Amino acid sequence: MSVLKINKNNFNEVKNSEKTVLLDFYADWCGPCSMVSPIIDEIAEENPQYLVGKVNVDEQEELAQEFGVFSIPTLVVIKNGEVVNQVSGARPKAQILKLLEG
Amino acid sequence: MKHIYDLVIIGGGPAGYTAALYASRAGLDSVLIEKLSAGGQMALTGEIDNYPGFEEGVDGLTLGFKMQQGAERFGAVTEYAEVLSVDFGEEIKRIETTSGTFLGKTVIVSTGANPRELGLSNEAQLMGRGVHYCAHCDGRFYKNKTVVVVGGGNSAAADALYLSRLAEKVILVHRRDKLRATKIYHEPLMKAENIEFMWNSSVREILAENRVKGVVIKNKETGEETKIPCDGVFVSIGRKPATQFLNGALDLDEGGYIVADESTKTNVEGVYAVGDVRTKALRQIVTAVADGAVAVHYAEEYLA
Repeated sequence: MSVLKINKNNFNEVKNSEKTVLLDFYADWCGPCSMVSPIIDEIAEENPQYLVGKVNVDEQEELAQEFGVFSIPTLVVIKNGEVVNQVSGARPKAQILKLLEG
Repeated sequence: MKHIYDLVIIGGGPAGYTAALYASRAGLDSVLIEKLSAGGQMALTGEIDNYPGFEEGVDGLTLGFKMQQGAERFGAVTEYAEVLSVDFGEEIKRIETTSGTFLGKTVIVSTGANPRELGLSNEAQLMGRGVHYCAHCDGRFYKNKTVVVVGGGNSAAADALYLSRLAEKVILVHRRDKLRATKIYHEPLMKAENIEFMWNSSVREILAENRVKGVVIKNKETGEETKIPCDGVFVSIGRKPATQFLNGALDLDEGGYIVADESTKTNVEGVYAVGDVRTKALRQIVTAVADGAVAVHYAEEYLA
């Protein structure tokens, strides 16, 4: 599945999805974000059981604040509307998959 | 029987991909293991103006991909995996990763370095919640707030200047009585009205309730401890080589760097150390790429 661009209009629908949700908070000018971005695309492509979205913190300041994002990239895993994992910093694919499974 | 490579390269920064380029062109059966993405530390550098051939400068991420693609043009292969441990005790070297075991007749270690941490007990758990190692990445979240920058070298000076344009107040904490940063930074730092300096000082403690609320600074001269309220701490106290996974497999110096001279040869025959992870005078992209080529030269000689 392709990666969804998240904004405050589609966010509630995404949050309450029956699928496990992975959100990537990023900005275009952030080096570590650009390193993680292709990995997020791959995860979305290979795992249709997950709903994967990217949140541009420059455009979606309210969402960034709601999640207390102070560092990018920040990855958030949501299950049944609840945040079950939130980490900051670039990390390898295997670790991101583990966040989703855990 | 598991495949045995002529050469296994660990780490995909500029040194690693130059080694991959030279190895592929030399017809060596090689693989490069990278845990995240091409470019290493270089990929986190916004603009690079001291790598020849780019008259307008180039961003590190782009240069990293270019180096990877340049090597792939001659057949270089990247495996995305994290190295967990190594065994260089036999003629065939073993590398254990998150994607299984790799065997090589020769190995090039090009794992580079990471930001050095303060070493405080709650530091790791506050990462991203007030403790930061990349001002360029996270500075924007501190608009009109108070931040502490720790360090006195070039990167600390650059971080303090960058943050002074965003934050309300920047407090630079340095363990010496003057900056180690080159002169080019001194005047703009002194001129910035919202930068304060705390000399001969170090961070003893990070105060936090869920996220950073302040720091305790100790002055080495007077022994005095001061509580400073702040919203964020940017740590810029140098780098530490990524050699923990070696676990004694190679000789390291007291700083953790792999002991090797300009030949890149380590104390184990057939194992080479290149780029920032090696003991060397100048850690730059140009010296890293040079190492990559030299190491392949000696690996070829060893394999012949």
